[in-house]
Amino acid sequence: MAASDAAAPAIELVGIDKRFGAVHANRAVDLVVRRGHIHGIIGENGAGKSTLMAILHGFYQADAGTIRVNGHEATIRDSRDAIRLGIEMVHQHFMLVERFTVLENVMLGAEGGARLAPGAARARAELSRLGEAYGLTVDPDARIEDLPVGAQQRVEILKALYRGAEVLILDEPTGVLTPQEADDLFRVLRALRDQGRTVLLITHKLREIMAITDRVSVMRAGQMVAHRNTAETSIAELGELMIGRRLSAPAPRPAPRLGETLLEARGLSLRDAAGVERVKGVDLALRGGEILGIAGVAGNGQGELLEALAGMRTPSAGEIRLNGRTVFPGRDFNAASLRRQRLGHVPEDRLRSGLVRTARAAETAILGYQHDPAYRTGLGLLSHDKILAHGARLMRDYDVRPADPSLRSSLFSGGNQQKLILGREIERDPAVLLVGQPTRGVDIGGIDAIHQRLLACRAAGKAVLVVSVELDEILALADRILVMFDGRIMGELTAAEATEQRLGLLMAGVQDVAA
Amino acid sequence: MEGFDLIPILAATLRVATPLLLAALAGLFSERSGIIDVGLEGKMLVAAFAAAAAASVSGNVFLGLLAGIGASCLLGLVHAYACVTLRGSQVVSGMAINIVASGLTATLALAWFSMGGQTPPLPASARFLPITLPGSEALAGVPVLGRVYAALIGGQTALVYLALLLVPLSAWVLYRSRFGLRLRACGEHPAAIDTAGISVARLRYAGVLIASVLCGVAGAYIATAQGAGFQRDMIAGRGYIALAAMILGGWRPWPILLACLAFGLLDAVAIRLQGVVLPGIGAFPVQAIQALPYLLTVVLLAGFVGRAIPPKASGTPYVKER
Repeated sequence: MAASDAAAPAIELVGIDKRFGAVHANRAVDLVVRRGHIHGIIGENGAGKSTLMAILHGFYQADAGTIRVNGHEATIRDSRDAIRLGIEMVHQHFMLVERFTVLENVMLGAEGGARLAPGAARARAELSRLGEAYGLTVDPDARIEDLPVGAQQRVEILKALYRGAEVLILDEPTGVLTPQEADDLFRVLRALRDQGRTVLLITHKLREIMAITDRVSVMRAGQMVAHRNTAETSIAELGELMIGRRLSAPAPRPAPRLGETLLEARGLSLRDAAGVERVKGVDLALRGGEILGIAGVAGNGQGELLEALAGMRTPSAGEIRLNGRTVFPGRDFNAASLRRQRLGHVPEDRLRSGLVRTARAAETAILGYQHDPAYRTGLGLLSHDKILAHGARLMRDYDVRPADPSLRSSLFSGGNQQKLILGREIERDPAVLLVGQPTRGVDIGGIDAIHQRLLACRAAGKAVLVVSVELDEILALADRILVMFDGRIMGELTAAEATEQRLGLLMAGVQDVAA
Repeated sequence: MEGFDLIPILAATLRVATPLLLAALAGLFSERSGIIDVGLEGKMLVAAFAAAAAASVSGNVFLGLLAGIGASCLLGLVHAYACVTLRGSQVVSGMAINIVASGLTATLALAWFSMGGQTPPLPASARFLPITLPGSEALAGVPVLGRVYAALIGGQTALVYLALLLVPLSAWVLYRSRFGLRLRACGEHPAAIDTAGISVARLRYAGVLIASVLCGVAGAYIATAQGAGFQRDMIAGRGYIALAAMILGGWRPWPILLACLAFGLLDAVAIRLQGVVLPGIGAFPVQAIQALPYLLTVVLLAGFVGRAIPPKASGTPYVKER
């Protein structure tokens, strides 16, 4: 290798351009990544970070632009080319075959011969070596589906290292991790950097960027807007660069004016279709004028609990009281009946149960309330004019853009879909509002608007329950926080007591000994 | 114990199970790659016709076999093109293949041979014949063993042995080879294959083509080994029974062999019982036994073997997100 190569950057992107139909995902993007650096790329959802990395990894091809690897121009037509150049990616949704063992997953694509046996022996030895070198220990014979998410991520990293990664791209790697698991991940990334490998970290969490990166690049609306040395910037500056305007500091909240207990669950349990108990004897009480947050790593029963409280699933045991009346066990326990009793629900998965993708925005805006005579003609049929007029008003009130009530629901961005659904539920003036993952897939501007709406509900004396896997969100909204682990409530903290550290331990299933 | 001799029943079981086994293994390879194959029936039918027609015209049974495999592969390519390249519905494509095969074979048979939709009966020289193992005569005097050797272990056509050999071979390929690892991954999580730098489309085409070759052999077996010529719709639902055997076997070669043998045994017993008069009931209801494979599948899947878990991505076309 020539001397100039040693000094050349590991990755250099020049003028990368990519369109998906009408969407201009990357506009003339330039990026230089130095070897042996941890380089962060931040930006809001839809800023084009993932597209850029997918181009670097050969999943998509750029319409224009040049890629240089170690100073040499490279053509990356598919993932095979990228792998040959030592560029590996840990995707946000893991590329692991769940029914395979760790060993099989690591070998996939790098089997080392038509017969598996010789390669398997080599892979086993190499795995234990890599495990020791980087603190990435995983049982090679464990099945992926039996492993916790953090361990699955270690397998992804091991897979990349086994294939000889010089440059490792991680796409939103901490979204599914507890804070402690994220710390472990960062330790591994630092070890990789110290061995001279290059790490590219995509995230929208500013704190992570500050904690781990050497250099950071900011993307906004498909363009690269700034490059900074991490040591010379601040969260405030990066946030501003990211959304293109100054972030308003969160206003101090008035103390809650507590009303009566409006929603109460006692000993609530729930089994899923396979008969596995997902919620195990949960007690909770929610009063008017407060926001109760439910935190936890995704998949610990929060989603099921929310659906049970909303009447979408029937609990296997326990009691639910709404506005002082027992609704479960009861003959009329279903979502429609609870809605009539002033319970609003913004579901976790809005595409599955919050809206109908092919329905118009105005139709989404009345879903669940379509029997209301207000939307009917004299003959009792649905009135398009009334529905469209209602939709237009709702979209104006809740700042849904574009404000066209006849547009298909699927054409709106995540944030605007969420504002539409939230508007639909709040407009009905519920006594109790259940909200699952209020800002999943919503960009920063939208997050702020949605949080303001929820705080307004609190001020109006409604009882608000928020289930979220984003700790920042829970900390920003909740007056009290329940942490769920394995279907149980691990502990309860008030907003004042809650720190990321304490919440993280509870989320990992460790009882809070300090309390 | 005259009239209920075990050895002929077991020998018949092997004969009946052979096309099921070939077709079920075909389905296994296709579905492990992620492509559902309800077109087993149609491919076998076309193969049976092509094999009988070629054997009848050329007088050579091996040319017949090749023609059967070729015809089945042509249909397989259509299926792969529709499902992999065009990302169409796999079940619809498979059903279309079955319907086309049924009409096409009958029409071509009528046009080419003018025998009411059949091919001319094949002479012994143009069929696969039972193989007499060396030493059968010498052992003929030994009581049970002699007959087992001559009529059960021996006395089968070459394709029966081929089908049985394919079971360990398939297991080896699936679990011990690079191709098998990739094929299984492709049926479970194709994006993992894609990001590992391997072509999903190529693997799925390979899965469908292997299935087509096996269906070709199965069809040729039915027309030129078990039977002696082609008749309309002569597969008679065996493609679907093979699918049931594949599901019952949990998409694994050895359990599939067991399922096929069980179904074969039921069929062999049903043939034996034809015309048998039971006291108090009258003529034995053969249909009852013929329905058993289906009933067995439903009952076993409903609870006894637990839920059969298919390859996760089978049935879903692979599309890069966005």
